[in-house]
Amino acid sequence: MTAVASAAPAVEFRALRKRFGRLTALDGVDIRVAAGRVTALVGPNGAGKSTLIKCLLGLVRPDEGSILLGGTPIGTEWAYRSALGYMPQAPRFPDNLTGREVVEMLRDLRGGIAPADVELLDWFGESGALERPVRVLSGGTRQKLNAAIAFLFRPGLLILDEPTAGLDPVASGILKDKIRRVRDAGATVLLSSHLMAELEELAEDLVFLVEGKVRYAGPLSGLKERTGESGLERAMAVLLRRGGA
Amino acid sequence: MRTTTRVLKYELHNVARSRAVLVYTLFLFLLTDVLFRFGGEGARVVLSLLNVVLLFVPLVSVVFGTMYVYSAREFTELLLAQPVGRRSLFAGLYLGLALPLAGAFLAGVGVPFLIHARPEAGLWGPLAMLLTAGLLLTFVFTAVAMLLAILFDDRAKGLGSAILIWLGCAVLYDGLILLLITMFRDYPLERPVLALTLLNPIDLGRVLMLLQLDTAALMGYTGAVFEKFFGTSVGRITVLAALVIQAIVPLLLAGRVFRRKDF
Repeated sequence: MTAVASAAPAVEFRALRKRFGRLTALDGVDIRVAAGRVTALVGPNGAGKSTLIKCLLGLVRPDEGSILLGGTPIGTEWAYRSALGYMPQAPRFPDNLTGREVVEMLRDLRGGIAPADVELLDWFGESGALERPVRVLSGGTRQKLNAAIAFLFRPGLLILDEPTAGLDPVASGILKDKIRRVRDAGATVLLSSHLMAELEELAEDLVFLVEGKVRYAGPLSGLKERTGESGLERAMAVLLRRGGA
Repeated sequence: MRTTTRVLKYELHNVARSRAVLVYTLFLFLLTDVLFRFGGEGARVVLSLLNVVLLFVPLVSVVFGTMYVYSAREFTELLLAQPVGRRSLFAGLYLGLALPLAGAFLAGVGVPFLIHARPEAGLWGPLAMLLTAGLLLTFVFTAVAMLLAILFDDRAKGLGSAILIWLGCAVLYDGLILLLITMFRDYPLERPVLALTLLNPIDLGRVLMLLQLDTAALMGYTGAVFEKFFGTSVGRITVLAALVIQAIVPLLLAGRVFRRKDF
């Protein structure tokens, strides 16, 4: 079992609003992401999923509303981010650094907290990828490095944006097992993906965003009951067609 | 502070290993070396290098800088998602860009002088000024690059304005001043021209060198005005101060935009 260093926090978004010029990315989002569970974040393109994740990471400042992590507002201080592990979509690392140097850099920035969870790092480094400059690595190998970094610091809250994108089926299976294991160890996971099968496999809760508004938030089973559909994909299509829930 | 040095450490590794920086260093080295082999005298080499430093160093700094900041965009986001402050991260990113370029310039121009130059009167002063001008221009134009790349999310727009700013400073500005002088030739123009010169870092670099070489009067209008107005030493301090300000202002602006930006 994988131990989690920081206690798994619940995340609460309260009346979160964000506009980019004329575009409303988040239009009063109220969600509670339960601690110690895997929550899937889904929605059509441009629904505001990325903006929501970036607000939580402190990359985007919301216009209104607040985000609570384990009951405390995150505010503008950065210290709360030591509880976070982030896997961005389509990562790019400094071209001329090796995988090991990228990892060392992040470890240095985190103040070198021990002991790190090197399970995925060992997996990434299996074929000597740690010693090669990042620019020569394939997209899938880079995604492994991305995953290894996110899990390295035993975060209480994992934010995974399309985690299995670019991974082959075997690698994708290993990563999904890892996600389940840290969840069992008590971590909170917020997962965004377009692969419905993957979400059905991993997620317990689901947040469905459409045009910056929450269309559904609750357990996965509840969504299927409400729509009378057994497949996640169909259930969401029904919700989309119905308009406002 | 600790965050800044930690970011800096790895950024230095990354930028210093980039092929572009290597090519830049080699180009400056070979050029200086060749000038020595053909021209001989150290003082003349300094003079020949003047225009290269004034035009090429800003171009490389602003173009490489802008492209570098754009290419580091995704990784910067990953770094921002770590428990670090934006202020210290920004400082680390800027120094990680500016210091390797400054080092490349210093090594590319300086090493051939160490190899070839014989100790002679009137060499070290101008050489020191040349290196100072090049270093300050590197810091000014990398600061501008940071500002543009952070301000514009669109890469084409950022790179386009970087090139435009270089073109403006290197080529158009002098033409504009000349045009102004001919248009208003009946009026006393010393002060306006002086003020305009203080706004262009490339002009300032030139003036700095000319004041040092004591040929200011022979080398164009602005140089002559400067010497007449300030005298050599006050003029030099004014120019140095103006260049430092031109590095600090875009840097502060870029830092401000960076701290408030939505990534």
